[in-house]
Amino acid sequence: MITRLATSMRPAAFAPALTLTLIALLVVSATLAKVSPAHAQLRIDITQGRVDPLPIAIADFIGSTSEGDRIGREMAQVISGNLARSGLFAPIDKKAFIQTAAQLKARPRFGDWRLINAQALVHGATQVQADGRLRVEFRLWDVFAEQQMVGHAYFTVPANWRRVAHIISDVIYKRITGEDGYFDTRLVYIAESGPPDRRQKRLAIMDQDGANHRFLTDGKTLVLTPRFSPTSQEITYLAYYNDKPRVYIFNIDTGQQEVLGDFPGMSFAPRFSPDGNKVIMSMAKNGITDIYTMDLATRTIRRLTDSPSIDTSATFAPDGSQVVFNSDRGGRQQLYVMGSDGSNVHRISFGKGRYATPVWSPRGDLIAFTKILGREFYIGVMRTDGSGERLLTKGFLVEAPTWAPNGRVLIYFKQTPSDKQGRGHTSKLYSIDLTGYNEREIVTPLDASDPAWSPLIP
Amino acid sequence: MRMKLLSLFAAAALLAACETAPETTGSSAGTGSTAAPAAATTTTAAPATMVSSKPAPGSSEEFVVDIGDRVYFGFDQYDLTADARTTLERQAFWLRKYPSKTITVEGHCDERGTREYNLALGERRANAVKDYLLALGIDGSRVKTLSYGKERPVAFGSNEEAWGLNRRGVTALN
Repeated sequence: MITRLATSMRPAAFAPALTLTLIALLVVSATLAKVSPAHAQLRIDITQGRVDPLPIAIADFIGSTSEGDRIGREMAQVISGNLARSGLFAPIDKKAFIQTAAQLKARPRFGDWRLINAQALVHGATQVQADGRLRVEFRLWDVFAEQQMVGHAYFTVPANWRRVAHIISDVIYKRITGEDGYFDTRLVYIAESGPPDRRQKRLAIMDQDGANHRFLTDGKTLVLTPRFSPTSQEITYLAYYNDKPRVYIFNIDTGQQEVLGDFPGMSFAPRFSPDGNKVIMSMAKNGITDIYTMDLATRTIRRLTDSPSIDTSATFAPDGSQVVFNSDRGGRQQLYVMGSDGSNVHRISFGKGRYATPVWSPRGDLIAFTKILGREFYIGVMRTDGSGERLLTKGFLVEAPTWAPNGRVLIYFKQTPSDKQGRGHTSKLYSIDLTGYNEREIVTPLDASDPAWSPLIP
Repeated sequence: MRMKLLSLFAAAALLAACETAPETTGSSAGTGSTAAPAAATTTTAAPATMVSSKPAPGSSEEFVVDIGDRVYFGFDQYDLTADARTTLERQAFWLRKYPSKTITVEGHCDERGTREYNLALGERRANAVKDYLLALGIDGSRVKTLSYGKERPVAFGSNEEAWGLNRRGVTALN
């Protein structure tokens, strides 16, 4: 769904250069014209543990109408929220601003922004074009160097303003941290309600900031463990339709659901391959669980493991060449890596406790996992050879880490213990930085579990 | 102690091929880590209260109350305890008596495991029950298995007692 349009637009009337980007519906066009030669003095190193968040002023985007002003205010709010939640930025309260948003359009009075300790400044404008499209432009300034760091313009249908705000957030994040952003993404998860013994579970999807939330299934059927396809257009998950636990694919655009394969036993734990051509899953029969792949075009099934143990929760490496899974073949759950054809199986986790739900980082360098040790559950990461284990968080029950597309942030779910009446039982999503800092609840309308983070939306 | 004696009596009764097994819940006093929980949960429809009227022969009520529809497992275990075998022997006896009945064995886990592993473990537990019933002469075509992992607890409370009650294999009449 990506169309790249080469546009040679004249630089906007005012200097420095403004890069123009077109967004029509979901079609994004990124044309990188020459950017001003600002030196990147302003930079956050996000590989450090605790970072002092960068004070940033994000002015309301001004519009040509009152409706435009409203959208502009909301866009500034979305951008502020994104950057604040990253833990790397500290958006400054608008009430402290000296120069008004309207005055900014000419040129920032940097002294005014230094006075309130803003190190970076974002401002922008929206305008509805004669053809009905919305034009959004924004600029990011280094306040102390008095230089523009980036400037872009976007064209889109007005209803799409929220996505533009996420894309702008990603541009700001990347310009200042040097890493790709993760704000133009979505989460699919299981929404939960009701008492523990009659828990209603529904497939739900929302933007990473909680907006555009919707339920995809009605809750009559138990559904679990959703995962996005690489294009984020499909979700593979486990559903108990007709009391038969089987792997399904859900098409987000059409709402159609399709069972994947007619296995003799329970099929579960599905994940797409990085190229989207296959689904890797587990099949349990006669007390034995093994790992299989299904080619989605030919529906050919290939068996990858053949042991009398439980082999499950298999996930591909981002280059598709290897698979990590957990198995109790050694007596208790541990992590194993094998080639994507099932060859060269070798154990990588050797620590105390049980290891589960391994997930390869999109950068390829780390594997995140759930660990159970004593009475605690942990979320941790290790290198792909099993070395360098680091535990990021723990709780009565924390489970199922999922990576941001830039490999810097994880989301997982946290369940609380309940009393004899089932009181106290909650399940919520949390995010945490790879550094182990900045743990935050992801607010959902109902209880939540089994999160899966989408790639950047194409 | 009293429960223990009852259990022994139940086993003896079965060996003698007695038709009515007296033990009701399929559980016995807990000793050791893999022992079954001691009491029926407060959250399910408690079968033990129906003492006054005797369930109809061949009814699912009789199966649940007089035979015992469930067995319990140790933490991360799927092998059958002696108590579990006793219960399943009663189930097999009953199923032989009513050969038209078919069953689904549900495998369940406590909340102290990860979701997908528990789905596999529940399937393993259901199959352990099924295999024993088959060894006792029940035709495989009458027995289906279904794992719910940790999705359908019967006992609330995040404690050992509740977890023990939730690690179960339940034989449900279709």
